[in-house]
Amino acid sequence: MNNAMNNAIVQVRGAVKTFAGVATAVDHVSLDIFEGEFFALLGPSGCGKTTFMRMLAGLEIPDRGEILIDGRDMTGVPPNRRPVNMVFQSYAVFPHMSVLANIAYGLKVTGVGAADIRRRVDEALQLVQLGGLEQRMPAQLSGGQLQRVALARALVKRPRVLLLDEPLSALDAKLREAMQLELVKLQHAVGITFIIVTHDQQEALSMADRIAVMEKGKVRQVAPPAELYEYPRSYFVADFIGKMNLFHGRASGDGAVAVEQLGEIKIPGNSSAGRVGIAVRPEKVKLFRDAPRPGFTAFKSTVDNIAYHGSESYVFATTESGAAIAATVQNESRDSKLPAVGDSIWCGWRAEDTLVLEE
Amino acid sequence: MDNWRKNPRVFWILSAPPALWLLGFFLLPLALIWAYSFGHKEGIIGIAISWTPDNYLRALDPLYLQIFLKSFWFAGMTTAVCLIVALPVSLAITFAPARWKALLLVLVILPFWTNLLIRTYALIAVLRTRGFLNAGLESVWDSVDGVARAVGLDGLGAFTPPQLLYNNFAVVFGLVYVHLPFMVLPLYAALDRMDRSHLEASLDLGAGQFRTFFSITVPLAMPGILSGVVITFIPALGSFLTPDLLGGTESQMIANVIERQFKSANDWPFGSALSFILMYITFFALALRAFFSRGRSAMDT
Ligand SMILES: Nc1ncnc2c1ncn2[C@@H]1O[C@H](COP(=O)(O)OP(=O)(O)OP(=O)(O)O)[C@@H](O)[C@H]1O
Ligand SMILES: [Mg+2]
Repeated sequence: MNNAMNNAIVQVRGAVKTFAGVATAVDHVSLDIFEGEFFALLGPSGCGKTTFMRMLAGLEIPDRGEILIDGRDMTGVPPNRRPVNMVFQSYAVFPHMSVLANIAYGLKVTGVGAADIRRRVDEALQLVQLGGLEQRMPAQLSGGQLQRVALARALVKRPRVLLLDEPLSALDAKLREAMQLELVKLQHAVGITFIIVTHDQQEALSMADRIAVMEKGKVRQVAPPAELYEYPRSYFVADFIGKMNLFHGRASGDGAVAVEQLGEIKIPGNSSAGRVGIAVRPEKVKLFRDAPRPGFTAFKSTVDNIAYHGSESYVFATTESGAAIAATVQNESRDSKLPAVGDSIWCGWRAEDTLVLEE
Repeated sequence: MDNWRKNPRVFWILSAPPALWLLGFFLLPLALIWAYSFGHKEGIIGIAISWTPDNYLRALDPLYLQIFLKSFWFAGMTTAVCLIVALPVSLAITFAPARWKALLLVLVILPFWTNLLIRTYALIAVLRTRGFLNAGLESVWDSVDGVARAVGLDGLGAFTPPQLLYNNFAVVFGLVYVHLPFMVLPLYAALDRMDRSHLEASLDLGAGQFRTFFSITVPLAMPGILSGVVITFIPALGSFLTPDLLGGTESQMIANVIERQFKSANDWPFGSALSFILMYITFFALALRAFFSRGRSAMDT
């Protein structure tokens, strides 16, 4: 993680954007993004990630709220006057210009001198490892190379903030993983704030310093990856990030929750009375032959199904009360003992691993 | 659809009538005119096809060359003005809200629903000495004059209506009016197909609207611009009615000369030769266009 993270470079206050005839695309979003941060926007399709990004770039005018970049109010500032650059989802590499002309374009139009352009373009080409392809036309490039051109074209402008809208979605799995690593390395090398849009949670978790999870135009939670994974605050986030055993319940207000299909369980800490979500990660669920010692929240269950995934196996069981529970078992040795389908076992987890969620 | 080779009978049955029609009413008359162009008059109505190049040589006479040049000049001016007018129009339609687009496009092609002759006479009513345009000018003139007198200035004097009809201006004006839709439609098609993210990327990279227009929009719309130029230039070059009705004696185009050969001058061989020269020029323009768009697509792929 980068160090200089006390300085908010992007400040968004109550931004709203509604398209005629569509539900609100961005709904009262307030966010601070810090200098040098690798920030990810994560959410299902249509939740407003692109719209939010376009508002930062000035390509979409918010109906309400304000956006400050580098401390400057961006209201009324056109895209070409903002200290941000964007890598478009479709790359938008100009088809009628060579790689060189594409990368130089942003410098040329702002009146940078020819010698300076040459030097900075060379630097950018080095950075994205496109040396030797300067004279190619975009139609002669692969998807990964096009993406690098788009990246170089934005980086060469030395923006304060680089916006990347699903930059890797058009690449195959292998290239994508390689580019994820490269992007992180690149960001460390140039020290520019990166804001990346993705709907691939693995991508966000592995790359970002912090992640904002969006749903229907609202930001549900902003947190570093580990915190987001281990401490999701709402039912939506818990469901969206990773695999999760999820239940609905009603908190009594004195440290217990009546969970649908499971019965009453103790929860860590306290929760005010009312409807809550209860969740536990499959890898926190342990399997026991007999009732475990106290301190575990455990249920007598029957094994329904076992899915072998190489390094781990998923065990799907049903409790006596009819709730479905999934557990992840690490295959730590070659002869790891797994229960068999139909076996009667206990599924349990440490009480402090129970997550209490906003509904 | 299946390859026609698989169903030769269906293919021949379906294509025979149009093929015969084209042969009988298009290719044969064309061949006849082509043969006439190498003939000479014999008597009052007779034409002898003697394979003489005389008619083509006669077309090289400075008198006719000048008319060809003038036709080129008119058609070129028309194409240029159409392009300059059509670019903002088609841009406006492209970026109009979706529900307005259809209506705006209908407005562009609306003139086609009226006969060309009627539209041209309507233009005469607008442009003639006592026409609507001059009447409008006169009332503006008069009120300026009135105001000037009221504040004690000399005033402008009496209004002398400018001659707007029966000159080169009237012909180009009329040609632009007739051919504008031919330019707007292909331009609109090209602009509408264009990926907007290229324009946004240009803005994002720091280019202003004008820079983006000339560096990105125009090059990306070039196939549409080429189509528009060709399909405006070719019919404008062969225009007959507009120069006939709106032009003076000095603003005759080649089609007017051709018409005279077939009618009043009764010199079909020479008229045929002129027609074919016009057609060769047209082919040349189309070949140029194909050449340019080939160059572009070679670049794109
Ligand atoms: N120009 C527009 N006109 C009308 N509605 C729009 C427009 N752009 C976006 N929307 C709507 O706004 C909502 C948010 O769209 P947005 O593109 O921001 O989603 P997204 O999170 O980027 O989705 P995806 O992951 O599929 O790219 C969607 O419901 C979309 O239909
Ligand atoms: Mg999107």
